[in-house]
Amino acid sequence: MENQIIYLDNNATTPMAEEVVAAIADANALFGNASSMHSYGREAAYAVEQARARVAELIECDPEEIVFTSGASEANNTVFSIFRDIIDLGSKRNRIVTTTIEHPSIVETVKFLRSRGYAIDEVPVDRTGMVSLDVLATYLGEDVALVSVMTGNNEIGTIQPIAEIAKMAHAVGAFMHTDATQAIGKIPVTMKSWGVDYLSLSGHKFYGPKGIGVLAARKKAPFEAFVHGGHQEGGKRAGTYNTPSIVGLGVASEIAMRDLESEHARLWHLREMLRIGLEERIPNIVVNGNQDHCLPGTLDISFPSAEGESILLYLDMEGIMVSTGSACASGSLEPSYVLLASGVDIELAHGSIRFSFGRYNTEEEVLYVLEKMPPIIKRLRGMSTR
Amino acid sequence: MSTNFMSQWVYSPVVKDHFMNPRNTWDEAENFEADGVGEVGSLACGDQMRIAIQVKDDTIADLRWLTYGCASAIASTSMMSEMVKGMSLEEAYHLSPMAITEALGGLPEHKFHCSVLGDKGLRAAIDDYLAKQKRDNPFKHKIAKVICECKNVTDVAIEDLVKSGEAKTLDDLERITEYGTVCGKCKEQVAELFDQFKHIYNT
Repeated sequence: MENQIIYLDNNATTPMAEEVVAAIADANALFGNASSMHSYGREAAYAVEQARARVAELIECDPEEIVFTSGASEANNTVFSIFRDIIDLGSKRNRIVTTTIEHPSIVETVKFLRSRGYAIDEVPVDRTGMVSLDVLATYLGEDVALVSVMTGNNEIGTIQPIAEIAKMAHAVGAFMHTDATQAIGKIPVTMKSWGVDYLSLSGHKFYGPKGIGVLAARKKAPFEAFVHGGHQEGGKRAGTYNTPSIVGLGVASEIAMRDLESEHARLWHLREMLRIGLEERIPNIVVNGNQDHCLPGTLDISFPSAEGESILLYLDMEGIMVSTGSACASGSLEPSYVLLASGVDIELAHGSIRFSFGRYNTEEEVLYVLEKMPPIIKRLRGMSTR
Repeated sequence: MSTNFMSQWVYSPVVKDHFMNPRNTWDEAENFEADGVGEVGSLACGDQMRIAIQVKDDTIADLRWLTYGCASAIASTSMMSEMVKGMSLEEAYHLSPMAITEALGGLPEHKFHCSVLGDKGLRAAIDDYLAKQKRDNPFKHKIAKVICECKNVTDVAIEDLVKSGEAKTLDDLERITEYGTVCGKCKEQVAELFDQFKHIYNT
């Protein structure tokens, strides 16, 4: 098994599914502007609406509630922009509640809005990255406009009880948003049963194209465009329809729905095979996140006395691609804020590696990683100060 | 599937070589008898190194090292260990992080400050050796560079104040040294140095 290339960074991005590539190739011919009234325009519009219906089916909402965006980052920014506007207009509800482990597109937006004087609370999480409902309750009140909690965490995989949180948000009259980007195609994601008002997702995390995502917003939920300038998406998001990418996202949604159950089982099997194998072969390792409520393909492990970037690069030399929460790989002096917010010791955060599985990973690949990993850790620990 | 990831690596080929094949690592089984040992950085900061030297006739006869850190930390310590063998203590004490970085064929900007600690670790080992020999340290003052010209504050002075914990914040440093209180030209550079030393000494 020499010259293997094993991609275990599927939470960063996924390759497009073959069916998606084919659908995009076909859709490239639909060059007409989907807003045009003529035949070419209507052809493109039909393809866009078909894709919209597929995404709506995947997340259980009305197709009219789907707004295509450039990705989840834009979707998340749009939600915060809507509530910034509501607060600016003088609403008595002028507080936003979120968590400490959200995606940077929320964490950084929170920082920015705070610097402009907005009141935003970040609910802490426990050692497993879980939001405690009791703790959350202490943050909720009649002054809360929006509660935003991610479905599953990108680094440690912890899945939050979104339905319960939505109920609590609604009980105080607040709207509920969840960033479901990492959860799509891995666990059932449902706006209807969860009762969320807004949901963000991104195409490239589930074998769709990059640069396309969705903000789904309930009809009754407030909406204000983040990108102004056109009547597309019912005036909710301006910009010429990206027909090929939207079509690709539609096909990716169809696959995600079709394979959800089998993929969940398969990803969890591979993840557990790797976890158990590493625990057997390498002494003193720490599995991060919540083992009972975890995205099936995500495994985050800290290797004390071995630094994350070094592990990552030694693995890369063996053709194994992963990611790390180490500061060194991020270009800052601080390691993963998700791990630190979960109360993981800073040294363990520096030595953390995230393995994230996808639909193209196999058992043979796990065996290869299990063979290559122990000597790498042994070697780094051997030259470490401790 | 083919990729060209081998052709354009994150670091220079020399860094890669030293990272993949580090020289002079300190294997416990070897029973290396050290005349001086220095340690800088911290596990919490993500970079820590320990350097052990053997000294003969005031030259570095041999040395070993241990490093917890990223590829550039490992490679720069390895490179340093090759550069200083046979150097006089004085020369070794003056080895600059820039010299190590140059020998490595360069490092990404953000890596230079946080991961090139070999020179500081080596100085700590020489300090330890001289202290054990109960000898004066004739090198220390010589490497000082004036940073605040108005108040004559050197990098070594800043380093010592951070290392000892006397200056825990920039305000402390200003109170003690009065740096930057006249023309203020040095403020940015002092703040940068301060952050670096805080990182290195974990104070």
